[in-house]
Amino acid sequence: MAIIERPSDTVALAPSGAPAVATPGTSYGVFRRPVHTTGWKSWLFTIDHKKLGIMYGITSMVFFIIGGVEALLIRLQLAGPNGTVLNADQYNQMFTMHATTMVFLFVMPMAAAFANYMVPLQIGARDVAFPRINAFGYWAYLFGGLLLNSAWFLGGAADGGWFMYAPNSSVVFSPTNGVDFWGLGLQITGIASLTGAINLIVTVINMRAPGMSLMKMPIFTWMVMVVQFLLLFAMPVITVALFMLMFQRSFDATFFSVEAGADPLLWQHLFWIFGHPEVYIIVLPSFGIVSEILPVFSKKPLFGYPLIVFSGAAIGLVGWGVWAHHMFASGLGPISVAVFSVATMAIAIPTGVKIVNWTLTMWGGKIAFTVPMLYAVGVIVQFTIGGLSGVTHSVAPSDTQQTDTYYIVAHFHYVIFGGAVLGLFGGLYYWWPKIFGKMLNERLGKWNFWLTIVGMNLTFGPMHVIGIQGQPRRMYVWTENRAGEGFFNLGFWNLMATVGSFVLSLGVLLFLINIYVSHRKGTQPAPLDPWDARSLEWITSSPPKEHNFDRLPTVGHLDEFFHRKYEDRGEGERHDYHQVATAEEILAGEEANGDKHIHLPSPSYWPILLAFSLPVMGYGVIYNLYLLAGGALLALVSMYGWGMEPHTAPSDDYDPPTGTELEVAAHG
Amino acid sequence: MADTAVHDDTHAGHDDHAGHHTSTGLSNNKLAMWMFLGSECLLFGGLISTYMLYRGRHSANLGPDQVWDIPFTSASSFVLLMSSLTMVLAVSSAHRKDDRNTKVWLSVTALLGSLFVAGQVYEFTTFYREGLGFTTSLFSSSFYTLTGFHGVHVTVGIIMLMSLVGMISRNKVPGNKAETVELFGLYWHFVDVVWILIFTLVYLIPA
Amino acid sequence: MSTATDTQHDHYTESHGLTDLGYIKIAIFLAIITGVEVVFSYTQEQLGAAFLPGLLILMAVKFFMVILYFMHLKFDSKLFSLMFYIGMVLAVGCYVVFLTTMHFFHS
Repeated sequence: MAIIERPSDTVALAPSGAPAVATPGTSYGVFRRPVHTTGWKSWLFTIDHKKLGIMYGITSMVFFIIGGVEALLIRLQLAGPNGTVLNADQYNQMFTMHATTMVFLFVMPMAAAFANYMVPLQIGARDVAFPRINAFGYWAYLFGGLLLNSAWFLGGAADGGWFMYAPNSSVVFSPTNGVDFWGLGLQITGIASLTGAINLIVTVINMRAPGMSLMKMPIFTWMVMVVQFLLLFAMPVITVALFMLMFQRSFDATFFSVEAGADPLLWQHLFWIFGHPEVYIIVLPSFGIVSEILPVFSKKPLFGYPLIVFSGAAIGLVGWGVWAHHMFASGLGPISVAVFSVATMAIAIPTGVKIVNWTLTMWGGKIAFTVPMLYAVGVIVQFTIGGLSGVTHSVAPSDTQQTDTYYIVAHFHYVIFGGAVLGLFGGLYYWWPKIFGKMLNERLGKWNFWLTIVGMNLTFGPMHVIGIQGQPRRMYVWTENRAGEGFFNLGFWNLMATVGSFVLSLGVLLFLINIYVSHRKGTQPAPLDPWDARSLEWITSSPPKEHNFDRLPTVGHLDEFFHRKYEDRGEGERHDYHQVATAEEILAGEEANGDKHIHLPSPSYWPILLAFSLPVMGYGVIYNLYLLAGGALLALVSMYGWGMEPHTAPSDDYDPPTGTELEVAAHG
Repeated sequence: MADTAVHDDTHAGHDDHAGHHTSTGLSNNKLAMWMFLGSECLLFGGLISTYMLYRGRHSANLGPDQVWDIPFTSASSFVLLMSSLTMVLAVSSAHRKDDRNTKVWLSVTALLGSLFVAGQVYEFTTFYREGLGFTTSLFSSSFYTLTGFHGVHVTVGIIMLMSLVGMISRNKVPGNKAETVELFGLYWHFVDVVWILIFTLVYLIPA
Repeated sequence: MSTATDTQHDHYTESHGLTDLGYIKIAIFLAIITGVEVVFSYTQEQLGAAFLPGLLILMAVKFFMVILYFMHLKFDSKLFSLMFYIGMVLAVGCYVVFLTTMHFFHS
C-alpha cells in the first residue's frame, strides 16, 4: 500500500475518511483541479508522462499512415510512363506533405513518445521535471499537425518541398494558403519540440534516482538527451526562418524578394543550419533503442558503452558544422565546399564507431533472434547502406552529379527508414509488453519484419539506379522515350519501386493487425520480464503504476536490473553470472518496501487550453487579425491561470474536493 | 513559467524548496531558464545575421546611416541598461525576503522598460514618417523584424514584471518567491544583453 | 542599501552575488562604457583601424559583465554556464560561418 497525495475517482470510496466538503474559497488557480483517473477526461487533462507517451505514439502512428498513403499515391503516379493518378499540382503537394508529415509528425513525435514514456522510467523518476509543460507539448504537437493538414481542405496543401526553398515559397509561385499552413504548423510543433527538449534535459540532469551517475544511465536516455540538446538549439533557427516566411507571405516583407535584392541562399542556410541537426534528431533516438535491444538479446553488456555515448555526443556536435553539404550545388565557392566536404566525411567516424560497437556487442553472444532483435540488426544493415551512399555525397564533385536526382531519395530513405523507422518499430516490439502488459505476436511480427525489409529494399534500392540514370526528384511524370534500355530501363525500376512500396505497406498493415491479434480477449498478459532485460524500466510492474515505482530504486550499476537478477561468481577478469533473483521477486521486494508518501503532480486544464490558443492564432494570421488577437488573449489568460496554480494542488483545490491524504491500493 | 518538479520525498508535509531533491542540487526552474536563454541565442543570432546581411540593401537615401538618431538611441539604451540594475536590486531584495523593496524595484524596472518601449515606438514612428516602412527595403524588413522581436521580448517582460508585483502583493506566488524573482531577472537581463549587442552592431557600426 | 554581511541568506539560496553597492558600481561602469562607445561612433575618422575592434571589445565587455555579475553566472553552478555558453558558441560559430560563406566580411 502506498499513500498517494493525489485524489482520484476510485479514492472517493476509500475508507480513509475524506471529508465530503472541504472549506471553499481557497481556489489557487481559476479552476479547481480535475481529478479523473479513467475515461476520456483523464486523458484530456492528464500530465502523466506515460499517458502522454501513449498519446504521442497513437497520434504519430495515425500521421504515419497518412504520410504512407501520400507515398503510395506518389509511387502509383510514377509506376508507369505518363502517369495520370495525380496532376502536377497535386503531385507537388503530395511529396511536400509526405516528407513534412513523416519527419515532423511521425518520426520526431514517435521518438518523443518513447522518450516521454521511457526516460523517467529508465532513470528511476516518478515523472518528468515539468509535467504540465509536457502535456502542453503533446497538445501543441497535435494541434500543429492538424493545422498543417487542414490545408488539404482549405484550398490545397503546401507544395514547395519539405525544405520550402525561397523564393519558390513566395505568394507568386505558391498562391494558395498551403505554405502559410505549413509554416504556422511547423512553428507550433516547433514550440512543442522546444518545450519538450527543455523538459527532458532538466529531467535527465536533475531527476535521476540516487546513485545513477551520468555514465550509469541507460544508453537510450543518453541518446534522447543528445537529441534534446540538438532540438533546443536547432529549433530557434527554423523559428527565425519560419517567421521571415510568414512576414514575407502575410505582411509583404521583402526577405526573399529577389527583385528587391534578396539573397535566396539566406533561407537555405537558415533551413539547413536547422535541417542538418534535424537529421540526427531523427536518427539518434533509434540508435539509442538499438543499443538497448542488442545487449538484451545477445546476453552481453553493450560493447564500449562510453564510446557509444561519446560518439553520440560527437555526432550531435559535428552535426552543427556540416549543414552546407546540402547546398553544394548552389555555388557556395570552392573554399566553403571543401571545408564542409571534409567536415561531412569526419562525421562518418563516430557513426562508424557505433556500427562497430553494435557488431562487437553481438560478437560471441548467445543471440536470440526475436522480432525486436531482427529490427535492431535490420537497422545496422540498412543504415550502413544508407551511410555508404551518404559518403558518396560528401565528395562534392560526385554530389553535384547526384543532386536533385532519385539517388538522393534512395540515400535518405535508407537512412531515415532503415535507420530511424526500423529502430522505432524495434522499440515498439521491445517495449510493448512494458507499456501495455501484452506481448505482440512473434510469428506475425516476423512476417511484419521480413515484409518491411523486403519492401523497403524493393522500394528504395531501385531508386539508386533510377537516380544514377538521371531521373530527377520531384518530377511528376517520366516518359517512355527517355527511359533508357535494358538493365537501366527506368520503367522496370520504377515499377519495381512501386511494387516494393506496396509490399512495405503490407508489412506495416501486419503491425496493426498484430496489435489487434495480441489484444484480443483471452490473450495472456505478458510476463513481467519477457526478454530478460537489463535496465531500470523493467524493475517495476507492466504497465507501470501511475507513480512508476513504489520505492525509488537506488542504482549501483549500469544495467542495474541485470545486476539485481544476476550475481558475478567469477574471479578476476572472468565473469560468471548466476541468477539470484527473478523479476517477480525483485518487484515484490520493491512493493513491500514502498515509499510511504508519494507526491504526484496534479492534472491541469491549462496545458490544453494554452496549446489550443496556438492554432487559433495561426488561423488568425491567415484569415483574420481579430482572430489572432482573440487567440493571443486566450494564450495570455491561460498563462496567468497556469502561473497561479501550484504544481501539486492542495487537496481542497480539487473538483470535487477530496481529503488530505488518500490511500490507493497498490495494484500489482 | 514556474512549473516545479515532482518532488519525491518521504517527509509528509515537507515544504518544498527549489533544488532540494534534484540529482545535481540545482533548481529545475533555473536550469530550464538557462537552457531557454541558450536557445534564444540562436534565435537572436539568426535575426542579427539576417540584418547584417541585408543592412546595405536599401534605396539611396533611406539606409541606416541616414535614419539613425544616435543620441536618442543612446539615451534609450542607457534606460534599458539601468533597468538591469534595478532588476538586480529587486532580486537582491527578494533574497532578503524584503517584499516591499522587491515590489518597488520590480516596478521601477517595469517603468524603465516601458520607457524603452515608448522610445522604440517613437523611433519606429519617426522612421515611418521619413518613409521607411516595413516593406520598403530588405534593410527595413530585417531592421524592424530584429528590433521588433526584441521589443516584443521587452514588452512580455514588462507584463511579467507587473504580474509578479501583483502576485507578491496578494501573496500568491506559487513556489519559491525569491527564485521566481530571480528567474524573471535572468530573462530581463538577457533581453538587456541582446540590446547591448544590437546597440553596437546595428546602430554604432556604420553600414 | 545593505551589504552581503547583513543579508539573511536562505539555506537553499546557492547564489552568492555581489552586494547592492557592488551592483551599483558595475552599473556605473557599464554606463561609462556605453558613453565611450557613443564617443567612438562620433570619432570614427580619428580612431581609424582601432574603431571596429574597439567597439566590438567594448560590446563584449558589457555583454560579459551583465552575464557574469547581474546574471550571477560567475557565482552560480558551472552547469548553468555550460547551458548558456553552448547556445552562445553555436550561435556565434554557425552565424559567422554563414556570413562568411555569404562573403559578408569581404566588403
